Amino acid sequence: MSIPTQAARQIPVAEIVFWLVLAAGFWLWPSYLPLASQVLIAGLFALSLDLVLGYAGIVSLGHAAYFGVGAYAAGVLASHGWGEPFSGLLLAAVCAGATGFITSFLVVRGKDLTRLMVTTGIGLLLFELANRLTDVTGGNDGLLGMEMRPLLGTFRFDMYGKVAYGYSLAVTFVLFLLMRRVVNSPFGLSLRGIRDNPGRMLALGYPVHRRLIAMYTLASVYAGIAGALLAQTTQFVGTDVLSFNRSAELMVMLIVGGTGMLYGGLVGAAVFMVAHHYLSDLNPSYWQFWLGAFLIAIVMFGRDGVLGACLRLMRAWRVRAQKAALES
Amino acid sequence: MITSFLGVLFDGLAYGMLLFLISVGLSVTLGLMNFINLAHGAFAMLGGYVCVLALQRWGLPFYLMLPLAFLLSALAGLLLERVLYRHLYRRSHLDQVLATIGLTFMAIASANYFFGPMQQPVQVPQFLSGQISVAGVDLNLYRGFLLAAGAALTLALTLALERTRFGASVRAAVDRPRVAEALGIRVGLVFQVTFAVGCGLAGLGGALGVQVLGLDPAFPLKFIVYFLLVVAVGGTSGLKGPLYAALLLGVIDVAGKYYIPEIGAFIIYAMMVILLVLRPQGLISRK
Repeated sequence: MSIPTQAARQIPVAEIVFWLVLAAGFWLWPSYLPLASQVLIAGLFALSLDLVLGYAGIVSLGHAAYFGVGAYAAGVLASHGWGEPFSGLLLAAVCAGATGFITSFLVVRGKDLTRLMVTTGIGLLLFELANRLTDVTGGNDGLLGMEMRPLLGTFRFDMYGKVAYGYSLAVTFVLFLLMRRVVNSPFGLSLRGIRDNPGRMLALGYPVHRRLIAMYTLASVYAGIAGALLAQTTQFVGTDVLSFNRSAELMVMLIVGGTGMLYGGLVGAAVFMVAHHYLSDLNPSYWQFWLGAFLIAIVMFGRDGVLGACLRLMRAWRVRAQKAALES
Repeated sequence: MITSFLGVLFDGLAYGMLLFLISVGLSVTLGLMNFINLAHGAFAMLGGYVCVLALQRWGLPFYLMLPLAFLLSALAGLLLERVLYRHLYRRSHLDQVLATIGLTFMAIASANYFFGPMQQPVQVPQFLSGQISVAGVDLNLYRGFLLAAGAALTLALTLALERTRFGASVRAAVDRPRVAEALGIRVGLVFQVTFAVGCGLAGLGGALGVQVLGLDPAFPLKFIVYFLLVVAVGGTSGLKGPLYAALLLGVIDVAGKYYIPEIGAFIIYAMMVILLVLRPQGLISRK
């Protein structure tokens, strides 16, 4: 399942091309920029789940909890008259990180099923909380009246989503670089060890619990920032940011892309959101049906997702090319 | 005060009995095969829709609808076990979660397609509707019927599990699958039948519960937490654990929503998190 680690210093051409294409999005898909921002935000959120699931092996169905905390933190700040975007992100990161740190003590105990239920429970608890605290969150009506100030004091959020796209892309890129650094560090490697064999890592003297808590907290920060980005770019927060469906769909995105491969979350989010955009127009229940069927197919036939399948194809193609070269 | 308390207790127990009927199959899947089946609620939903179809469209009488709901759900379970589930037993928990969530999505979408997104109304049969007054407490007759039916089924299940040869094979397969296999018990077959019965019971519970739990396409996701909670709290050994857990859960949930409606839904989730953190093995467990 794991891909051989590349030293963080060495940057393959494909990666540079990937980010250049995203940056060229302003000209490549100018009329789809709002959708593209949503994809980036979902991708960042999926990166966060990848840290927890792909690199630390914690199965979570309540990850929307931290996304929602971040979204509400940024939303409440902006609706109370402080619309400066970056401080909103910072507040969201702190709030989500604190929530993640506190809840991580509950999550890292126990095995898969217990973790699954505890994370689900935390997600549902926060969802109910947001539903009840109507004074703060607006409850079912959602949080209205967010007013964002221009980015860096100059770029006003426009209706074509240009600034929103650039903003989401920049934040995602910076956080991606950080993640790339973290998962290739000794810390990241030790977490992969914990994912594959916690008993042995404990015997080797690694503080398994503390490492998991650190990773879980970091992932919550990522999720919170993703939530804040969504709140700020759409200037609206509804209780659905905390819903179970969001957690489940997030899991699907990551699995579709491929876990533990850095780009899996981004690729998966793009495939998922674009498919959703086109298919759910036809009929929402068709979409859900085929999503379910697709999930089962992925489990049955290829657990490494779209990205894994591409890598396998490329490898096979390279082997064939080498053979052809030898024969000629 | 006392009478309202008794009423809440009664409703809670009836509710808990339903949860038990639906969840008992899940406790077998989790206990016997260590298999996380998030699609279990879909079988209960199937039973619920069979109930709606049978009573509203086909005009079947109530007492014929119940075995039909059981049989069709069990059949669906058997089919899916052969086609899908058996390939997942040896896979990781993540794979099981994903595939069964996928199955749940498909079930929800199908229900949406065939029945629409609204709540399904069902009439309680004439002889079971209304209230009876016992010692000054007004009791809903249908809930009384639920309690009685649940108790009878629990008794039957206990007898089947403890007194029959097949029940002995099930217990042997739960405790030591390898030894059971070596003694000539066909663990695979035993599991298949048990799985089907579990799905059938879920369907029966779903059919009985349309009036109490409601029925719409989101049913499997709405209640999966409750079903998992019954299993997680009750442990996976025997029937007693899940039964007590389900009754306790039913009473606490109903009481919470009745007495403190502002934080009603919290109680159940908070209790789940706390219990799981304190007792990851469940309240009653042998291991």
